[in-house]
Amino acid sequence: MQATSDTKPEGLSPPASTRLNEDGLRRDGRLERLALFGLSSPALILILVILVIPVGWLFYVSFVGADGSFSLENYERMINRKSYRRIFYTTFQVSFLTTGLCVLIGYPLAYFLSQLPDRLANIGLITVLLPFWTSLLVRTYAWLVLLQKQGLVNNWAISLGLWDEPIKMVHNMTGTLIGMVHIMLPFLILPVYGSMRAINRDLMKAASNLGAPPRRAFWDVFFPLTMPGLSAGALMVFILCLGFFVTPAVLGGGKVIMVSMKIVSNIELFVNWGAASALGVVLLVLTMIILWVASRFLKLESLAGGGHG
Amino acid sequence: MTWLKRPATETQITHGQRLWLYVLSVIIMILLVTPTLIVIPMSFSDSQYLEFPPETWSTRWYQFYFGSPEWMRATATSLKVAVLTMIVATPMGVLAAYGLHASGVAFVRAAFVLMLTPMMVPLVLVAIGAFYAYVQLKLLYTITGLVLAHTVLAMPLVVIVTGSALKSYDMAQENAARSLGAPRWKAFLTVTLPQIKFGVITAALLSFLTSFDEVVVAMFISGGDNPTLTRNMFNALRDQIDPTIASISTIMILVTTFMMVLAQTLGRDRRAQD
Repeated sequence: MQATSDTKPEGLSPPASTRLNEDGLRRDGRLERLALFGLSSPALILILVILVIPVGWLFYVSFVGADGSFSLENYERMINRKSYRRIFYTTFQVSFLTTGLCVLIGYPLAYFLSQLPDRLANIGLITVLLPFWTSLLVRTYAWLVLLQKQGLVNNWAISLGLWDEPIKMVHNMTGTLIGMVHIMLPFLILPVYGSMRAINRDLMKAASNLGAPPRRAFWDVFFPLTMPGLSAGALMVFILCLGFFVTPAVLGGGKVIMVSMKIVSNIELFVNWGAASALGVVLLVLTMIILWVASRFLKLESLAGGGHG
Repeated sequence: MTWLKRPATETQITHGQRLWLYVLSVIIMILLVTPTLIVIPMSFSDSQYLEFPPETWSTRWYQFYFGSPEWMRATATSLKVAVLTMIVATPMGVLAAYGLHASGVAFVRAAFVLMLTPMMVPLVLVAIGAFYAYVQLKLLYTITGLVLAHTVLAMPLVVIVTGSALKSYDMAQENAARSLGAPRWKAFLTVTLPQIKFGVITAALLSFLTSFDEVVVAMFISGGDNPTLTRNMFNALRDQIDPTIASISTIMILVTTFMMVLAQTLGRDRRAQD
């Protein structure tokens, strides 16, 4: 393939007079590309000033001890104190359970929607998108109202005879999980649905032609093809859960304390920037490690697109 | 009920065999939608406990909301900040997406990752970072501060949505305009922009919603004379179940739905033209 490479055959080399301009043109081209890149500078500078530099400062503060000198005490506290270890345990517990439940609930729905004809599927998708658009705070509030002791769920369950006494479903782990799963489901369903729609249905036909019973065709052919969407969605849900604040703060009622909530209380109640920063740094590093590991297996662009698309 | 015996897919599984999937899916869809929608009738309940269905209907929670100077001020702040965020974030993000798309310099990829950081860094960290920065910059509790922080949060969305619109656009058209003598800015405004219009409109609406719905950052950097609606709602939620929130929620659901319907309709225009 010599013709496509940069070295041109001798006979086609441009005359000497145009070659003189080449350097100038190349310089112009480079300047223009830089100028175009400069268009993104307002956005980049804003992100640097409001996000990157302050977070860098928090990183620094996390290594400053109470006496103002370099120290690891903010990190040691996380290892030594039982309350801090508990917070990390709770954070992972909530994140894993939410992700798992989202997969169990979201996958069948995505599958169902992906099999419908276009028009029906679009109507079905509205039920996924409607909560997705709605304010997080509104949805959290809705669950608070529904699940409280005098709430709709308890009243209906008692009148149907499902249970006799009102059950405590908010201000604890149950309420937190219900709210979190409801809020995270669209983040899982949308990428999974996307990957299911992209599957060539002839593959399933081929599988059954070759004698695979429906279940085998599903697990051996269909399911592996949905793995990219499923892992992107699950990853997105897990990462969002790790740093989540509003829903556990409202529905957990102080009993489910996640890292983000400890960060807030460290600032609001104790004005301890060192402790808050160290927790924040750990949260950020965890997120980055997960994203980095995932980026080796997945295309992260598909993740970002599935976010709020 | 013969349809139950008919094959549902290419694998010849019958509808009857996977009836469970249909039932399960319908239940999940109902569970996804109703919790939010049920707030609407409940907000018209006369009772302190928000019954459903309400035994006596009333608009007292709406009257209380519209009569409260505190809630009204917070609503005005939220709307003002959301509109300003949309006005600042959209051109800034569109320029950035265009610049990154067209320039092709070596560090575009790094810049793109930097653009996405507001999406990757946990919100709480963004919030306390901005809180610290604003104390230094004297922007705490100001509208300007809120707009700038929300612009940062909206930036990844604007860049992603506009970027994907640019990807399906053929830059040769802009180059044709330029070779016919149009300056670059004019070629962009008259040739490129109309074709990525839908992406830009979606980006603008998303940046409005990002700001309007945002809680955690507003919790830290809004307050004083300018608390946002969500900040006040969150604080009210932490104390007790205030029925006023149901009426505010209803209004917020209407605002969001209106914005999304707007995005969908304006989007359909483009598809009709194509």
